[in-house]
Amino acid sequence: MAKVWVAAELNQGKVHSISFELLAKARELGDVEAIALGKGAEAAAAELGKHGAKKVYVSEDAVFDDYIGVPAANTIEALVKKGAPDLILFGFTYDSREVAGRLAARLGVGQVSNAMDVSADGGGFAASVPYFGGAKVATLKVLHKPAIVLVRPKSFEASEAGGTASVEKVEAQKGDLTRAAKIVDRVVEAGEKVKLEEATIIVSGGRGMQGPENFPLLEQLADALGAAVGASRAVVDAGWVPYAMQVGQTGKSVRPIVYIAAGISGAMQHTVGMKGSKFIIAINKDAEAPILKMADLGVVGDALKIVPKLTDAVKAKKGK
Amino acid sequence: MKIVVTVKQIPDPNAPQKLTSDQRLERAGEAVLDPGDEYGVEAGLKLKEAHGGEVVLVSMGPAKAADAIRKGLSMGADRAIHVSDDSLAGADALLTARVLAAAIKPESPDLVICGTESTDGSTGMVPPMLAELLGMPQATFAKQVEVNGDKVSVHRQTNEGYEVVEAQAPALVTVTAGVGEPRYASLKGIMAARSKEVKKLELSELEIEKGSPAENVEAVAEAETRKAGEVIEDDGNAADRILAFLVQVKAV
Ligand SMILES: Cc1cc2nc3c(=O)[nH]c(=O)nc-3n(C[C@H](O)[C@H](O)[C@H](O)COP(=O)(O)OP(=O)(O)OC[C@H]3O[C@@H](n4cnc5c(N)ncnc54)[C@H](O)[C@@H]3O)c2cc1C
Ligand SMILES: Nc1ncnc2c1ncn2[C@@H]1O[C@H](COP(=O)(O)O)[C@@H](O)[C@H]1O
Repeated sequence: MAKVWVAAELNQGKVHSISFELLAKARELGDVEAIALGKGAEAAAAELGKHGAKKVYVSEDAVFDDYIGVPAANTIEALVKKGAPDLILFGFTYDSREVAGRLAARLGVGQVSNAMDVSADGGGFAASVPYFGGAKVATLKVLHKPAIVLVRPKSFEASEAGGTASVEKVEAQKGDLTRAAKIVDRVVEAGEKVKLEEATIIVSGGRGMQGPENFPLLEQLADALGAAVGASRAVVDAGWVPYAMQVGQTGKSVRPIVYIAAGISGAMQHTVGMKGSKFIIAINKDAEAPILKMADLGVVGDALKIVPKLTDAVKAKKGK
Repeated sequence: MKIVVTVKQIPDPNAPQKLTSDQRLERAGEAVLDPGDEYGVEAGLKLKEAHGGEVVLVSMGPAKAADAIRKGLSMGADRAIHVSDDSLAGADALLTARVLAAAIKPESPDLVICGTESTDGSTGMVPPMLAELLGMPQATFAKQVEVNGDKVSVHRQTNEGYEVVEAQAPALVTVTAGVGEPRYASLKGIMAARSKEVKKLELSELEIEKGSPAENVEAVAEAETRKAGEVIEDDGNAADRILAFLVQVKAV
């Protein structure tokens, strides 16, 4: 059996959902072990065990929460030298990239990132990645051991396997911390009400909303539906809404039950992040907009007029 | 302060893209300086204005990447290093990082600025690898960069807001559009760029271990596409139609 490791991602004690998604895939590929570093790692180990990790390497050292990339790469490198995994899976997230990039350079093995799938391939592994702006999919054979693959969030469905993991405590390999960047403060700006990644309905707006002053129309609809609000990169770059709301290739991947795209043209870099939605509703005044060719229900019309009417109709239906 | 900005030339994202017969991106067409790296150049120039010193561009790419370098020089960078070698075509992230590290090391910069991710490759793996190979701390995804003595401080974007990240120079940062609109090259800047130094380097002039590629393309297939559903014209009742759909799929 191949030895497959999942580098779990902890954000101030909370396990990132990508870690469970990776474990679901890892179970298909071999014997699974996980690595959990930072505050909350021991509690995380129990959860990772439920999702199929047989063993979890754990360190509760706060150095992993305070310093970017370096201590985690050092510690995983030491584990790799002892444990010789065949494959290490990371989330394709900003935090995991920092660790995986350093580790891959240190081990001299390179990596495959932005993967949508991983499979066993002739004793090794292959990964599929979006190519040509998402219009095509390339299958890449990974040539080094350990294979290091970074997988896009929401590529796999998390599922519990009902096991328990044994816990092996490891020592933090801190290295030279003067050569590491330190997080000295975490500033919370107006947070989202419903998290995009967890939402079952998303109302998303693009440049067709005409200006930031119209985004409240989407927020009101989202409130009525219990939905989260997303956005295209065009409006994030224009500064209408914060980056955290961006859906797409360089933003978030989402898979809600319903995705409502208002005034979004449907560029490949946007749709790669939302085409896994169960149902897509698009409102666009241009009958030729690409988003209408992938929507389950497409409406050719003015979002500024339709969205408020829809909000009222939803409220009336819900009796609010 | 010596600032190195890595810049990459990419196929013009606004031009229609083609694939070659062996499924590589056609790179013969129009090419531009990666818009993401324009932010890097802008951030570098702002820091130079505040602290003095020098902005050096470093790029790996084919001969015609010289145009992208020239663009950065016209914006105001002082000089450039261009690593160009036929054997580097199709280099992966690790090889790219090795080449850039070998070109940057002799410069002993105080700060290296990269784009968060390139517009064509778009995986953002070169910067952390480069930081590792240069032995530098990395403060990534910055919408604001400040330097105070030998301390580099950035605001790193997060889901909830931002983190304040500090690193001791020499350090590597990656920047986002948050650092401010890249300046236009003035006519004077364009003229001045013509006489700025661009040092050309071949692979054999760099001390690197080339290594072997991390991956091999086995196949390229069409991505799954979704089928179009019903498309209606708004006759004033579209909102009711959408509500009916939401009710039908039990979202309301
Ligand atoms: C490397 C790279 C990464 C990228 N990553 C992302 C990413 O992560 N996410 C992302 O979204 N984009 C990304 N992009 C950008 C992407 O290519 C598009 O530019 C962007 O998605 C366009 O946003 P938009 O649909 O809001 O704007 P536009 O393309 O300008 O579309 C606006 C739409 O609104 C319609 N409209 C106008 N007025 C109205 C109205 N009153 N009512 C209804 N409809 C109206 C128009 O018909 C049009 O279709 C990336 C690009 C690159 C090169
Ligand atoms: N060939 C290259 N030459 C110079 N800089 C590069 C090159 N490739 C990547 N970079 C830098 O690394 C950043 C991220 O690129 P990537 O990792 O390819 O997404 C880019 O924005 C550039 O600043």
